[in-house]
Amino acid sequence: MTLDAAFSALADPTRRAILARLAKGEATVNELAEPFEMTQPAISQHLKVLEDAGLIVRRVEGAKRPRRLAKAGIEAMDQWLAMLRKALEKNYDRLDEVLAAMEKPGVEEIGMKKRKKGEKR
Amino acid sequence: MSKMTLKTEGDTHIIVTRRFAAPPEAVYRAHTDPKLIQQWLLGPEGWTMPVCINEAKPGGKFRYEWTHSKGQGFHITGEYVELEPYRRIVHIERMHLPDPTPDNRVETRFDADGSGTLMTMRMTLPDTQTRATMLATGMEHGMEASYVRLEQMI
Repeated sequence: MTLDAAFSALADPTRRAILARLAKGEATVNELAEPFEMTQPAISQHLKVLEDAGLIVRRVEGAKRPRRLAKAGIEAMDQWLAMLRKALEKNYDRLDEVLAAMEKPGVEEIGMKKRKKGEKR
Repeated sequence: MSKMTLKTEGDTHIIVTRRFAAPPEAVYRAHTDPKLIQQWLLGPEGWTMPVCINEAKPGGKFRYEWTHSKGQGFHITGEYVELEPYRRIVHIERMHLPDPTPDNRVETRFDADGSGTLMTMRMTLPDTQTRATMLATGMEHGMEASYVRLEQMI
């Protein structure tokens, strides 16, 4: 599997949703097709892309071919988590700046009170 | 300033912690005053929040609308369940993409930590599937930001 294949496999929201569903546990093609209002061939096409990218694997169980996340798929989910983490970190870095700007007038007020004659620091 | 932590707990929780150099009063205000929220709750580069309605009282509603410089947008609506000034906020929220996602119950605590604040945000989703989808959705916006940056580099 190449990194490019994994990256383009993840570029589609339906495929990301399929991975999210498989993070819960193994599922058959029918189970996977159900929430997406898609035909089975359409879902199978997405599954093929995910499989070729090494993100999911299939198992044979009678006539069924249940899919589950491969190790690379779990790692891809972790990478998504890392991206969410990054967006949140960016928020809180901005919040640090907002808080620093808020604090300035407050500090002066406290400073003025403290500067009253004869008052100990 | 210590780093943020983000972890999952059990089947349905996501826990985020972060320390701030300001006291709990200030961090709490930055989470409830619309003028302050609009300055920081923006996610990846390129997003702004033109609409920020926030009634910070128990039962009060809020609505945040984001737009990207490239034109897309989405919004979150929610209700406050409990507000303990400067200490704790409990609210329920959902994203509209445009269909609403399942409710996310969020408890945010602001604990004094020396001269600063330790913030702990605990999200509770209805089930594992919802949590996984939510994490994937959040990441979708992160990915968009990466694509925009990639385009700028090319």
